[in-house]
Amino acid sequence: MERAWILVVLFLAPCRSAWAGDLASGLGGLEWHGSVQVNYASRLGATGQGKPPSGDFLLGEERLQLQLSGAAPKGGAGYFVKADFFRDEADGRSDMDMREAYLSYAEGPWDLRAGRQIHTWGVGDLLFINDLFPKNYVALFSGRPMEYLKTGASSLKTSFYSDQASLDLVAIPFFEPDQLPTSQRFFIFDPFQQVANRTESRPRHDLGNTELAARLYRSILGFDAALYAYRGFFRTPSMEPDSMTAPSKLTMVYPRLSVYGASLQGNAAGGVLSLEAGCYDSRQDRAGSNPMIPNSQTRFLAGYQRSPWTDFTAGLQYYGEYMHRYDRYEASLPAGFPKQDRLRQLLTLRLTQLLKYQTWKLSLFSFWSPTDEDFYFIPEAAWRMTDELTATMGANIFGGARSTTFLGQLNRNDNLYLAMRYEF
Amino acid sequence: MTKLIFQTTVAAAALVLTAIAPSSAQTADPAGIVRKMHRAFFYQGDSFRARIKMTLTGASGSERLRELTMLRINMPPGGDQRYFMYFHAPGDVRRMAFLVYKYPARESDRWLFIPALNLVQRIAAKDSQSSFVGSDFTYEDVSGRDVEADEHKLSREEEHGGKPCYVIESVPRGAASYKRKVSWIDKATSLPLKEEYYDVQDQLFKEFSAGEIKEIDGVPTILKRTMKNLKTGHQTVVEFSEAKYRLALKPEEFSERALRNPPGSWIK
Repeated sequence: MERAWILVVLFLAPCRSAWAGDLASGLGGLEWHGSVQVNYASRLGATGQGKPPSGDFLLGEERLQLQLSGAAPKGGAGYFVKADFFRDEADGRSDMDMREAYLSYAEGPWDLRAGRQIHTWGVGDLLFINDLFPKNYVALFSGRPMEYLKTGASSLKTSFYSDQASLDLVAIPFFEPDQLPTSQRFFIFDPFQQVANRTESRPRHDLGNTELAARLYRSILGFDAALYAYRGFFRTPSMEPDSMTAPSKLTMVYPRLSVYGASLQGNAAGGVLSLEAGCYDSRQDRAGSNPMIPNSQTRFLAGYQRSPWTDFTAGLQYYGEYMHRYDRYEASLPAGFPKQDRLRQLLTLRLTQLLKYQTWKLSLFSFWSPTDEDFYFIPEAAWRMTDELTATMGANIFGGARSTTFLGQLNRNDNLYLAMRYEF
Repeated sequence: MTKLIFQTTVAAAALVLTAIAPSSAQTADPAGIVRKMHRAFFYQGDSFRARIKMTLTGASGSERLRELTMLRINMPPGGDQRYFMYFHAPGDVRRMAFLVYKYPARESDRWLFIPALNLVQRIAAKDSQSSFVGSDFTYEDVSGRDVEADEHKLSREEEHGGKPCYVIESVPRGAASYKRKVSWIDKATSLPLKEEYYDVQDQLFKEFSAGEIKEIDGVPTILKRTMKNLKTGHQTVVEFSEAKYRLALKPEEFSERALRNPPGSWIK
């Protein structure tokens, strides 16, 4: 099989120049681009004994990205593929990641897109309320470029546009969890540390398990207004022990979830004001009495961004998670488990300064939770050396008063990262 | 009585002046000249589309390129406009798209589409004097500055490059990146042929010059322009190609749909 491919390539290679025109028009004006990237992240400071298997490195990879796209000459139809080929020394693995691969079709007020694609909506900056599409937090925490925070989902997206309002409808038949730090590369908090026997139980590929997400949006008095609905699953697993008192086996499950929300964004007071809220209905534990399944919540955020001087932008966000059945949660929480507050609050600040004709970008993103008493800082400097080559250096700094909170548990994972990327 | 005589005298004098120099009396209003320049430079032909190549050259001679397609539609009766820009190169901005709803007397609405995240993001638009994509042009230079934001004065009339011009001096009423600006506006086409920007110390620091001017669909259009920073030695040359006016565009098409999924006919 491989030999056959080599023969095809050898045969086509000399013909390429002669056929390139015909071939390109046959493939819908094929355009191909991509990048080569090196990306390393090393822990800051001595970690001593009991290191995760990846040692002092969170990331040590080289990556080739290829993008192919084209469109029918008369419009309407098109395709897009983005595939990454990489080797990561941190776990000694080479692999391919199909980031995106979809077909699109537009007809009148309708757009249709089928295949693996990235979906993003909502108005938060690194805070997601109504955007329940798969994310890769490992990528964020180990200093990979921002595009890797989102992962593609094999899905069908239908969009309908009209002057009154527009609608996006996304159906995801194959569940994909968020990628969260694991003990493979990170020091993390694990309430069942002694239990080695673990299995993961993802929602089955049943038609009934197809996730649905919708967004209805329009402009109201110059503000972008949107309503959202989601029916699917939590993408963060819940741990179900076989016994609360003497657990010997853990099952990672993804409980059923529905979310209803709204957002508003527009110019105000010389900047951009963002508001978003969502009601999380934890369908498998509406009573709030199962301590292993998240309680129903209301999540909300308010953000404000402005540019006080040339090439400088500052953005501030306040975010809250309010637990609906706190009394039941408190009553059912097993002894020895860390207790969450009824209202978890988070503040974020993003500062960005562009310099030297925007060839330098200095930025700082910080999370700080007054309720969890933990924080996360991402200082970063990016230098666009030429139009093709960019070098980025930054750090992920975590900390907190307790090692049981979301950011506090990552305290020993502070890292320095470097990424260099050549785009062609 | 004296008042009446005075008024009559003024009226008579005005009549005489009009008779002697009709053209200069009609256009002696410097703000009017600038308004006309705006119409000729930023508002021509209801709608417009062009492929734009920007060449950014540093003092050391290093070159960077930006390639984009720009579409513009006017929103009468006011001066509102909508702009759509789609980036073809370089690689780190490829497929990015930028949508601006411009209002003459208040902040624009701006949205940016980031393809790698499939994200449409609203951008704070306070600073219209920020550099446009790292070039020597500011957002204002690209889409126009509110005529009322400056006080305009006709300082003289002279030829520039063989063309009779009005020389207008504009002084910002509020804070701006320049203390004053001197513009040479072509009497025939109302297009700016040259602009000089002076800083707080009244030193020339930035210079705009129009290169090739051609009639496109009957509209005189600057196809090549240069903005040079005399302090840093950095300069940006902008070249328009495939320029076309009066396209079959609708304002509603300048939307989130265009950002996420631009029509093939727009960006080909």
